Amino acid sequence: MASTILEMRDITKTFPGVKALSNVNLSVEEGEIHAVVGENGAGKSTLMKVLSGVYPSGTYEGQIIFRGQECHFKGIHDSEHIGIVIIHQELALVPMLSIAENIFLGNEHATYGVIDWDANETRTAALLKKVGLKEDPKTLITNIGVGKQQLVEIAKALSKEVKLLILDEPTASLSEKDSQALLDLLLEFKRQGMTSILISHKLNEVNRVADKVTVIRDGRTIETLPRKDISEDRIITSMVGRSLDDRYPPREPQIGEVIFEVKDWSVYHPIHAERQVIKNVNLNVRKGEVVGIAGLMGAGRTEFAMSLFGRSYGRHITGEVLLRGRPLDLSSVSRAVENRIAYVTEDRKTYGLNLIDHIKHNVTLANLSGVSSRGVIDDMREMSVANDYRKKTNIRASSVYQLTGNLSGGNQQKVVLSKWLFADPEVLILDEPTRGIDVGAKYEIYTIIARLAAEGKAIIVISSEMPELLGITDRIYVMNEGRIVGEMAASDASQEKIMRAIVRGEGKKAS
Amino acid sequence: MSTESAPAPQSGVAEDVKQGPRVAVSALTANLREYGLIIALIVIMLFFQYTTSGTLFKPVNLSNLVQQNSFIIVMALGMLLVIVAGYIDLSVGSVAGFIGALAAMMMVIWPLGIFSNPLVVSIVCLIVGALIGAAQGYWIAYHRIPSFIVTLAGMLIFRGICQALLGGGSSVGPLPDSFKALSSGFIPDVIGPLTLIPPTVNAAGKTIVGSGLTLHMTTVVLGLIAVLAYAYFGFRTRRKRERHGYEAEPFPLFVIKTLVGSALALFLVFQFASYRGLPVVLLVMGVLISLFVFVTKRMTIGRRIYAMGGNAKAAQLSGINTERLTLLVFINMGVLSALGGLIIAARLGQAVPAAGLGSELDVIAAVFIGGASAMGGVGQVIGAVVGGFIMGVMNNGMSIMGVNVDWQQVVKGLVLLGAVIFDVYNKNKA
Repeated sequence: MASTILEMRDITKTFPGVKALSNVNLSVEEGEIHAVVGENGAGKSTLMKVLSGVYPSGTYEGQIIFRGQECHFKGIHDSEHIGIVIIHQELALVPMLSIAENIFLGNEHATYGVIDWDANETRTAALLKKVGLKEDPKTLITNIGVGKQQLVEIAKALSKEVKLLILDEPTASLSEKDSQALLDLLLEFKRQGMTSILISHKLNEVNRVADKVTVIRDGRTIETLPRKDISEDRIITSMVGRSLDDRYPPREPQIGEVIFEVKDWSVYHPIHAERQVIKNVNLNVRKGEVVGIAGLMGAGRTEFAMSLFGRSYGRHITGEVLLRGRPLDLSSVSRAVENRIAYVTEDRKTYGLNLIDHIKHNVTLANLSGVSSRGVIDDMREMSVANDYRKKTNIRASSVYQLTGNLSGGNQQKVVLSKWLFADPEVLILDEPTRGIDVGAKYEIYTIIARLAAEGKAIIVISSEMPELLGITDRIYVMNEGRIVGEMAASDASQEKIMRAIVRGEGKKAS
Repeated sequence: MSTESAPAPQSGVAEDVKQGPRVAVSALTANLREYGLIIALIVIMLFFQYTTSGTLFKPVNLSNLVQQNSFIIVMALGMLLVIVAGYIDLSVGSVAGFIGALAAMMMVIWPLGIFSNPLVVSIVCLIVGALIGAAQGYWIAYHRIPSFIVTLAGMLIFRGICQALLGGGSSVGPLPDSFKALSSGFIPDVIGPLTLIPPTVNAAGKTIVGSGLTLHMTTVVLGLIAVLAYAYFGFRTRRKRERHGYEAEPFPLFVIKTLVGSALALFLVFQFASYRGLPVVLLVMGVLISLFVFVTKRMTIGRRIYAMGGNAKAAQLSGINTERLTLLVFINMGVLSALGGLIIAARLGQAVPAAGLGSELDVIAAVFIGGASAMGGVGQVIGAVVGGFIMGVMNNGMSIMGVNVDWQQVVKGLVLLGAVIFDVYNKNKA
C-alpha cells in the first residue's frame, strides 16, 4: 500500500460573515492522481489556497501534514520550497518574456545576479522535452497558444522539483485536443511516480485520469470515491446532493415563423485585412426556437456573433440582417440593443461585467433608460428591477449590493443574463452560456433558456459542448473556418454527425 | 477561481451568522472610507486650530482658505470624472494658466470694445476651455492615444501659449473689479445686516475693527435653508427606502450623521456671516458640487462613466458609446479648468505666466486622497472635495504656522501616500 503524502485534517476557514470551509479532510496518497470536484463556490479553490500558503498558517484552523511533517506555510514560497506547486486557472506567465525567462522567473541560474542564459536555456529545453512541447526556449509567451502556455506552466512547476502538483481547472480554456494531450501528460507523470491533485469541472476528464475523487459541497467534504466507484452519475449526485436524472430541463418547443435572418454575412479580420474570417454565412431563427451553432474552437462563431452585434468585431462587414423581414440597422451596439438584439458574451469577466461594481448596477447597465427618465435614475425602480431579476434567475448573493467580482462563475453568468433579459431582446445570442460553471447552475441556465423560448424569443446558442447543444436546441448549424458547413434538426443530430460535418467541411477546403 | 465567493446563504454553512448586527456593521464598514475621510478632515482642522492658536477658524481666515483653494476643488470635480473614467489629465494647470492669460488679454490689452466685458470674456473663456478639452479628448477617445501622453503634451503646449500670450515673463493687469469679485467678492446682503453686539467705540470716537458682532443675514438665511434641505432630503430618502422595504443604515447612525453634518455647516455659516458673508466663489463651488454629486449618483451619464472606468469593454458591449463619453468627460474637464483659470486670475487681480503652475498635481492628489482608484471605476465627488479641503487646510494651516514651503510639500506628499495606503489596506482586509 502506498504511503500518504498529504493529509489535510479538519480544515476550517472563515471569512468575515461566512464559513468557506468547515472541517474539510483530504488525504492524498503518493503517486496517485487525486481529483477534487465540487460546484463553483463549494470551496475547492479556498482549500487549495490554504494548502499552498496563499492563506498563511494561522488564518485557518486544522492541520496540514505533508510527508509526515506538519506544515505551517507563511506564503507560497514556503509551500513551493518543499515541493507543493499550484498551477492556477488563470495562467501567471509574463507575455512579453520568453519561455525560458518565464520558467526560471525568480529562480534564475545566476551568479551574483548575473544570469547564465546558456544554463537557463539548456535546462528549459530539457524541461520542454519532458512536457512534450516543441518550441524554442527563446520564443515569447505571447506567440504561443493557450494550450502550449499551460505546458510551459507545467514545465515551470517541474523546474521547482515538484513533489505534489496541483492543477486548478487546467483544461478550462483548452481545446479538446490540447486537453487530451495534457491529461496524457498527467498520466505519464503518474507513471514516473509524481502525485497530482486535479481540480476540474469536466467529469469525463476526472473519470479518465483520476485514481480517487474527493467531492466538496458547501465547504464540507462529502466523500472520497475510489477508482472503482467513479462514474459521472455518482459524482454528480454527490456534488449537487440530489440525483440529476435529467441534465436538461424538459420543454415543448412552440416554434413559429422565421423572425431573425442573416444573409450572406462576410467579415474580414480587423488587423489582417486580407483574411476573411466569416464567409457568406446564412442562417435564420424562428420564433420560440433555440438554434445552436456547433463547431470547434476557432471556427469563427464568436467572431460571427460579435460582428452581428453592433459590428463589435472585424471590418469590411457585408451582408444583411432581417428582423421579421425588415432590414435591421446593427451598426452600433446601442442600435442593436434598440432593435432588440442581445449578445451574452463567452467571456463574462472581460466583456460582460463591471467586476468592481455591484449586481444592481450591472443588471441595469444595458437598459438604463428602463429605470430612468430624462437621464435621472429612479433608485427605487432600479432596486426593484435588480431584486426581480435576482429572483428570476436565482442569483445567490447576500443582496443586490454584492460586488459581481465576488460571485461564483455561475452567479456571474446569471447577472450577465439578467442584464440582457432586462434589455428585453427579441433575439438573444448566447455565447458559451455555461462555460466554467457547475452542474447545478448549468441546469438553471438551461431552464432560463427554455423559458425564454417559451415566451416566443428567438435564441441562438453557441457552444463547444456538443451534448449541451443536443440537449437544449431545436436545430443546429455547424460552423467551421468561418463557414456554415451543416444544418440539422436536433432530433436527428448526434455528436458523430456534427463531427462528420466539420471534417467534411475541412476536406472540402483541402480538395 | 480567485474570485469565487463564499457559499450561498442557502447552503447551510453561512446560516449560523446572524443577520441583524451584520447590517449595522456592514453599513459602517461600507462607509468607513467616507466617514474616515471626513473625520480626518475634522481632526486636521482641530489640529491646526490648536497649533495656530485659533487662527484657522477665524472668519477672515476661513474666507481666505476658501478663496485660495476653490480653484483646486473646482478642477478636482472634473478630474474625479476623468480618473473614474480610467484616464488622467495632466494639462489642467497649464490650461488654467492659459485661460487666465487669455481673459486678461481680452479684458485689458486687446481693443475688443464691449466684448471686453468680464461676463462676455468669462463665457468665451469657458467655451475655449471646452474646445481645449475636446481637442485633447478627441485623440484619447477616437485614436486611443493614452491620456497621460496627450495631456502631458497639452501641459507643455498650453503653458507655452500662456507665456507667449503674456509676452514672456510679464504679467497683465490689473483686472476690472467686477471680474475680481468672482474670487474675492462676497454675496450682497439683500436682507440687511443684523447687529447682535454693537462694536466697541474707543475714546477717540472710532470703532475698533473686529469688535462687536454683526451677522450677514442673507448668508444666515441661505445657510439655514441649505441645512434644512440637507436634513429633509436625507430623511425623505430614508423613508422612501424603508417604505420599499430596503435596508437603510441604522437610524442612530443616520441621526448622528445628520446632526454632525448640520452642526458643522451651521458653525461655518455663522463664521462666514460674522465676517463679510458668503464668498461668491463658495457659492459657485457649492452649486457645482451639488450638480456633480447629482450627476454621478443619480444620472445615467454618471453611471455610464463608472461602468466605463470599471470595464470599458463590457460597457461598450452594453451599448454605451464609450468614445463619445470619453470626449464628454474631457470637454467637462476643459470647462472646469477654464473656470479654475478664471478664479485664479480673479484672485490675483492679474494674469501671470506661472498661474496654476503645478496645480494639476494638487488636483490629482485631492482626487486620490478622496479615495478614487487609479485603475478607474471608483471614486466619489464628496471624497474629492474633502480631499481638496484636506490639502487646502494643510496648506493654510502650515503657512500660518510658518512652516517652510519645502517642508509643506513633504507633509502633503506623506498625507497622499498615507491616504492611499489606508485605502489599499482596507481593501485587502475586506
